[in-house]
Amino acid sequence: MHIVVCVKQVPDSSQIRVHPVTNTIMRQGVPAVVNPYDLVSLEEALRLKDRLGARVTVLSMGPKMAAESLKKCVALGADAAVLITDRVFAGSDTLATSYALSAAIRRIGQDEPVDMVFCGKQTIDGDTAQVGPGIARRLGLQQLTYVSRIETVDPAAREIVVHRRAEGGVQVLQTKLPCLVTMLEGANTLRFASMDDMFRAARYDVVEWDHKAAGITEVDRCGLKGSPTVVKKVFAPQPRAIKAEMLDATGKSASETVDALLSTLFAKHPNLEAEIRQ
Amino acid sequence: MSAEETNSAAAPRRAGGIDLGTWKGVWVNVELERGRVHPVSWELLGEGRKLADHLGVPLSGVVLGPDDAATGEACAEAFRHGADTVYVVRHPVLEHYRTDPYAKVFTELVERHKPEILLLGATTLGRDLAGAIATTLSTGLTADCTELRIDDETRSLAATRPTFGGTLLCTIHTLEYRPQMATVRPRVMAMPKRDEGHSGTIVTESVTLAEEDVVTKILSYIPDANADNAQLAYADVVVAGGRGLGKAENFRLVRELAAVLGGEYGGSRPVAQAGWVSGDRQIGQTGKTIRPKLYIAAGISGAIQHRVGVEGADVIIAINNDPKAPIFDFATYGVVGDALQILPALTEALRARLGHSAAAE
Repeated sequence: MHIVVCVKQVPDSSQIRVHPVTNTIMRQGVPAVVNPYDLVSLEEALRLKDRLGARVTVLSMGPKMAAESLKKCVALGADAAVLITDRVFAGSDTLATSYALSAAIRRIGQDEPVDMVFCGKQTIDGDTAQVGPGIARRLGLQQLTYVSRIETVDPAAREIVVHRRAEGGVQVLQTKLPCLVTMLEGANTLRFASMDDMFRAARYDVVEWDHKAAGITEVDRCGLKGSPTVVKKVFAPQPRAIKAEMLDATGKSASETVDALLSTLFAKHPNLEAEIRQ
Repeated sequence: MSAEETNSAAAPRRAGGIDLGTWKGVWVNVELERGRVHPVSWELLGEGRKLADHLGVPLSGVVLGPDDAATGEACAEAFRHGADTVYVVRHPVLEHYRTDPYAKVFTELVERHKPEILLLGATTLGRDLAGAIATTLSTGLTADCTELRIDDETRSLAATRPTFGGTLLCTIHTLEYRPQMATVRPRVMAMPKRDEGHSGTIVTESVTLAEEDVVTKILSYIPDANADNAQLAYADVVVAGGRGLGKAENFRLVRELAAVLGGEYGGSRPVAQAGWVSGDRQIGQTGKTIRPKLYIAAGISGAIQHRVGVEGADVIIAINNDPKAPIFDFATYGVVGDALQILPALTEALRARLGHSAAAE
């Protein structure tokens, strides 16, 4: 079994601030992390490796600094790491990203055929959940998104059974390898890096490919040129002008405050009480 | 792995390569699964109606499903929610959602009829399908939009969505490719008024499908024990708590108030991450969007990412001990005080007022 796990280095979005005057993102000092959803998929791939003896290759597209995130994946137990990094990839939307990653996966598969590809459910910076399906379509892989559990993988029969989250329930799906899986959060708990793997990662040189090395001949399908979507405007949300009608509870008992609140509420919204009673 | 790229993932079609003028009309995916239409489909028809009227083009619903009564009912309901035309494909292979047959059928319909805009719900089904279709059609797809408008200058769809975890908004266009695709999360758009008398044209489409060509099989379906997901997003009353409650045990106060009101409860992102409530009860941009008649937020500061998810509420009551908390900038009523005192008092007062009938729910 050969498994490729796609990961993305993302800014820790909880620490991003917007400049109050210029309305631009202040990236300085914001730490870069491996997209947390990708780690759920990596952990699942590593569990298959533990169980079935699979080989796990991690793949990322990004600037050279993204090699650090890949090394983290090696420290967790990945066997190999490939970074596709090239100016032509700059400005890629999800369509261009899935194009470049698919090419790299095809190239990786020339050395050892790929049986499964894992992606994160979505990223925390883009939140689109589109790159996984994009890779599945381009490579003709069976598409299994929002997987909450991998029930069985049978490499000999080339069969896999998974639980896939649907609205209001779970589909139990059986399909054939090769397939692409995106894991749902909470499906597993990420392991700690072992001492051995940490030493191995420290010495490991991430394989870096430009577009040619990744087997991409149509540069026009990469980066800004290969991206149908155009970001026209980025802006901070405008606060609503309406301020709340304030009730000050200081010096009053909680029940006095609540009585004042409820009489105002039901006086100003006469239908509300009936609606609540329904 | 197949070395060949699937022939469906065609080269990007740029303007010049395609005649944008031949792509006309607004399409909405009517998400039918297990005999039930996800209500986000009607919300999108409501939004699609505005876009279609602005452009002066028809609005169409697309219904894929088995040849049964539920499929017919979905078509009829699509008209009642504003569709002029419904394209329907009835086939046993489409009984349950699976990516391959659904993507194949949808892609063929788009190629046949060339809609300029295609909207889908950002559900697990809709996102799975949208990502597949957009790749095969090689066009632009914008996820989780919070506002859709037509840019008059370019006659293109201006799709606004939060980015960087809800810190910023961005407006995205697909200028040179068609269709222009977007997904919208449930409850982000308002539900349109249902018009019993409105009808339109049904176009029954035929496509070649065979079960033996579909690699993925459905072994079984396990329904959720409690369908929390739908209930929270569509509840009329929601009570939520945040870090201001101090500790996980105090969340009981939120649940009790919600129970007395016959509503649902949820939490802000920090408390969902801390495990005080389960992840599917997180309210905000990265969790559930809600549009209740009454929303009570206790100990929630009201960061942008939370605001995006609750702004559609008719009435918002905010309880926070910090008078400068941003939640007071968009709440209807603000109470500056200790949520741990106010919540139980509110529960008591409402229990007395509403009596047993509501409390028993």
